[in-house]
Amino acid sequence: MILRPRLEDLKIIGFYLGKIILGLALVMLIPILTGLLFKEINPVLDFGIAVAISVITGMLLVRICRTEKDLNWMQGMVVVSLSWVAAMFLSAVPLYLSGHYRSFLDSCFETMSGFTTTGLTLVRDLDHLSYTHNLWRHLGPFIGGQGIAIVVLSLFIKGTSGAFRMYVGEGRDEKLLPNVINTARFIWLISIIYLIIGTIGLGITGISIGLKPVNAFFHGVCIFMAGFDTAGFSPQSQNILYYHSLVFEVVTIVIMIAGSLNFNFHYQLWIGNRKEMARNIESRTFFISAMLTFFIVAIGLNQLGIYPKAIVLFRKGFFQLISAHTTTGYMTIYAQQFIAEWGSLALAGLICAMALGGCICSTAGGIKMLRVGIIAKAFKEDLKRIIMPGSAIVTEKFHHIKEIFLDDKQVRSVLIITLAYIILYVIGALIGMFYGYPFLESLFESTSAAANVGLSCGITNAGMPTALKVTYIIQMWAGRLEFISIFTLIGFLAAALKGK
Amino acid sequence: MKTNLKLNTMFLILIIFLFPLFSFAQPISSNELIGNAKNYDGKEIAYAGEAVGDVMLRKENAWVNIHDGDNAIGVWMSGSFAKEINYTGSHKSIGDKLEVAGIFHRACPEHGGDMDIHANDVRKIKDGRMISEKTDPAKKGLALILWGVLVLIWILTLFRRK
Repeated sequence: MILRPRLEDLKIIGFYLGKIILGLALVMLIPILTGLLFKEINPVLDFGIAVAISVITGMLLVRICRTEKDLNWMQGMVVVSLSWVAAMFLSAVPLYLSGHYRSFLDSCFETMSGFTTTGLTLVRDLDHLSYTHNLWRHLGPFIGGQGIAIVVLSLFIKGTSGAFRMYVGEGRDEKLLPNVINTARFIWLISIIYLIIGTIGLGITGISIGLKPVNAFFHGVCIFMAGFDTAGFSPQSQNILYYHSLVFEVVTIVIMIAGSLNFNFHYQLWIGNRKEMARNIESRTFFISAMLTFFIVAIGLNQLGIYPKAIVLFRKGFFQLISAHTTTGYMTIYAQQFIAEWGSLALAGLICAMALGGCICSTAGGIKMLRVGIIAKAFKEDLKRIIMPGSAIVTEKFHHIKEIFLDDKQVRSVLIITLAYIILYVIGALIGMFYGYPFLESLFESTSAAANVGLSCGITNAGMPTALKVTYIIQMWAGRLEFISIFTLIGFLAAALKGK
Repeated sequence: MKTNLKLNTMFLILIIFLFPLFSFAQPISSNELIGNAKNYDGKEIAYAGEAVGDVMLRKENAWVNIHDGDNAIGVWMSGSFAKEINYTGSHKSIGDKLEVAGIFHRACPEHGGDMDIHANDVRKIKDGRMISEKTDPAKKGLALILWGVLVLIWILTLFRRK
């Protein structure tokens, strides 16, 4: 028998949701300050309106649903999934008011793409967008990358068990420190230190390649936030191609790789354990799969002969591949070139890289390296079982911070999530094909959305069908939260309708 | 004889002044160039649009990204051409509209495979300008109403607490 949620459940969910919305309103003060600095009147008004709407909504929810109780698993998961939807709508308000989006849905698409660190964009005339709005586009991934709910609640709540439930609900299941609040704060500390270093590095590079100092540092902060959080947004319409600079591309590659690595690696480096990177199953799997997929891309590009020199092929192919594999989505070619010039084999290589994704407990999307590594180990174990005598005891272990023995329960849960991702990629591709797009293009764009990558072969634009926009929004959301909290939300809604 | 000389001189002056106009063929759109890059690779083409972002000086040359309404394409031009650009497109300005005659590269070997245009000639066809931003009265009104509601709710909650 399904039990209908009680009023108390709704109150707890409403209370924490209200707090998250109030936290979001607080973050909106950053673009307001930027707007005041650059004397952008109307953009500041756009954010003034959005802050007021957010504070009213948040305040009403907190006042009406006031409670002292902590969250249980179901409530935590529902709060997480609803908070991402609420953040999408409220953050879309200033973007819509900017006049750079064809509809409110387009601006919702943009904010969901930002928060989920995807990077697909529907903005029009990006080259004339204000500093204020542009900063907000790039702040989205920085907040969403760490996890909207956990970011806000690590600052505002006392109870740690509820916070842990939301931490898991936001697709993270590894704690760096015993306390989840401390883990979230450590992730913030790492991110902010890297932000400062990255912005200075990109700013100096920007000045050296001819950007005005103000733009160099503004672009630096934006590119870092969207690069480290594997989103792939850029302040200019040409993305990274705008800079026409090898140095800028190299710095961006370093940032993308750093962002796609497990925060645990950063923590191990922080505490002086440098050997972890070399021994860990995730870093090894990432290296092998990046090499294999690059090999496929390179063969594909070489067959078509579009790049005149091997070094040029390497520069273009490797950048796009790393961008795909880290699920960042930065591009140094035009979206149309993927279809017109790159050919099926290179695209297939990119699709594989996007589908596999980065590391768990990072801002990257996709199936993720730990799962891929575990599946490979499980295959190896089964092969050993076939080859070796029946009486032999076959075990397989892997190194991930510590030595772990592979067990069937672990493999089962990994395969379920992997299967869920594959189904999500295929459903998006089928819907794309329903709207008349060819198979490979539909699969490319669908995988890019569901794995939170952001590379586009041209399907994503303001003129695409509304249902496809909604499909990609759902894919981005489900892919980022790794399904569980969304399944819980669906269950919660079903119980509210059909429960007794 | 004198009349002929006068006519010839006038014709010569006309050619000198009109020559730059004829050196620019009909501009090709960015969508056409990107979509059919193979056909235009290594050929002299004309391309027109608004200069956007920064003029990035690199020694004697410069990169200027030119947006034709659909896409921006990087144009590699001499620093002397770049110095003629007064405005580039941003939130607060509309960039100079430029017309470029140059060689289109599908994957430029000199610039790491970038799709670009190496300009032989650049001319300004429309001056850019600063955009004077005026406060939108509708936005101002909406912001005032919402902040009013917010203050009202806050006052009401204060009373309720008391």
